[in-house]
Amino acid sequence: MIEVQNLSHDIHGAPILRDISVTVPKGGVTALVGPNGAGKSTLLSLMARLIPRQQGRITVDELVVGESDDKDLARRLAILPQTVHAASRLTVRDLVGFGRYPYHRGRPTPDDRAMVEDGMRLFDLLPLAERSLDTLSGGQRQRAFVAMTYVQDTDYLLLDEPLNNLDLAASRALMARLRDLADNKDRTVIIVLHDINFATAYADRVLVMKEGRLCADGAPQDVITETLIQSVFETDAPLRTVEGRPVVMV
Amino acid sequence: MYRNRLLLLTLALLACALAYLFTGVKGSLEFALMFRGKKLAALLLIGAAQAVAAVMFQTISGNRILTPAIMGFDALYVLILTAAVVALGAPAYQQLDPGLLMLTNATLMCAAAVMLFGLLLRKGQGDLMRMLLTGVVLAVMLRSITGLLQRVIDPSEYAVVQAASFARFSRAETDLLGVSALLCCGALGLAWRMRHRLDVLALGPVASTSLGEPPLRGQRRALLLISVLVAVSTALVGPVAFFGLLVSALTYLVLPTYRHAILLPGSALISGVILVGGQWALERVFAFTTPLSVVVEFLGGVVFLLLLMKGLKR
Repeated sequence: MIEVQNLSHDIHGAPILRDISVTVPKGGVTALVGPNGAGKSTLLSLMARLIPRQQGRITVDELVVGESDDKDLARRLAILPQTVHAASRLTVRDLVGFGRYPYHRGRPTPDDRAMVEDGMRLFDLLPLAERSLDTLSGGQRQRAFVAMTYVQDTDYLLLDEPLNNLDLAASRALMARLRDLADNKDRTVIIVLHDINFATAYADRVLVMKEGRLCADGAPQDVITETLIQSVFETDAPLRTVEGRPVVMV
Repeated sequence: MYRNRLLLLTLALLACALAYLFTGVKGSLEFALMFRGKKLAALLLIGAAQAVAAVMFQTISGNRILTPAIMGFDALYVLILTAAVVALGAPAYQQLDPGLLMLTNATLMCAAAVMLFGLLLRKGQGDLMRMLLTGVVLAVMLRSITGLLQRVIDPSEYAVVQAASFARFSRAETDLLGVSALLCCGALGLAWRMRHRLDVLALGPVASTSLGEPPLRGQRRALLLISVLVAVSTALVGPVAFFGLLVSALTYLVLPTYRHAILLPGSALISGVILVGGQWALERVFAFTTPLSVVVEFLGGVVFLLLLMKGLKR
């Protein structure tokens, strides 16, 4: 369970998050949605300890973000990177192998290697194993990053707008894999999404944010309504219900 | 595959070292060996220090163009040295134990470098042009302050400072060899222990945080080691601007891997081959018409421009 208590955050004096408290229980896919500048990415970055916490407290199970040992947190919570430096010198196998680093600290055991091969098999990366990262398509690279976080074997996985720069097929494939991780591998996925339709299609729960505050929280079909779209996104996009789930007509 | 290349490089370095020690000896072999042995040791230390500092700096700053020297690390060293001469006066300064002086300089430099460059890395990460500009401006500023101080002091004090502000591979300060070797080997040892962490840090801030290596802590540690290495090298031969870049660019060419377990020793070996081989060729083959620093800086400068153009095109 990730618990956020009274979290506030300023950037250059401008309030980005205002006194947010929210609990994400173990399991399932939780999507953070909201207009640009709502503070979704800041909230996720704070959970991920990518930016230093100013006020409030974040705990991941019994670990406290910003206080607990980084090695322990790395075995509990993974963050999906969008890019890595030195991509030209890394093969897919190298990259996925880094996922085991929190356990072996540079000296992989045969078990670690076996898990890396497993991960690559699961994500259909074996044919690409020896390819250098910068020869891959955006979707393939993203898949390699997800495989890396998969072999990191953490309970929680955080993703910040992973669908940017992905085409429809790659986006759907990625979301389906995340869904599978949540359903079959007991992973908890927290994801910032721009496209509400992806959130309603793949998430169990949406957290809607606006101006640094949480303004709705619940299952997509209960929370996402035409009124909410109007009040939060300030646009009059109509909403239809297709096969039991809300679809924003863009 | 990279192991074989490391082995080849080691053999090349051995060959250069033997050639340097044994060719063209006139008179007592014993004297020549002692004299040359010290110089060889100094060259190897400088080579390893510059190479490892450059590779580490490029890893933590996430680019292949900037090196500590381009960012003004050695200018900082000369500034600290000049300030010490100004504050103490030349006679008092020269009476200080050179080893102690170097330790003090290295310590001051570590503190200043972590403050200055730590801030720069935090603010400029991912924005290469901004970092490059800030670094170059910073280096110019440090050199200008040094220049100002050097103009204010009297000529005898100036002579003391000047001796320390020009690169000269042929007349390395061999009397500092003991302290330098100690500091350098210590820093190199710690850098070697960081090799796996450096692999992770090279992935960038998000991936390294996720894998449990917070970039800030790793950067600070690496900056400390880099400061010690640059201080040692600058104390021994004076500032060299582009040598580190030449070595790191060659290293990535010869050893295209992400693993610092290969890159760190590889760069040190390549650097040793260039320095010892170059010094041998210039002293014995070309009979000293051009100082090695000029040749190395020229080649390094060309590499810098090429990398910059390539970076701009992309």
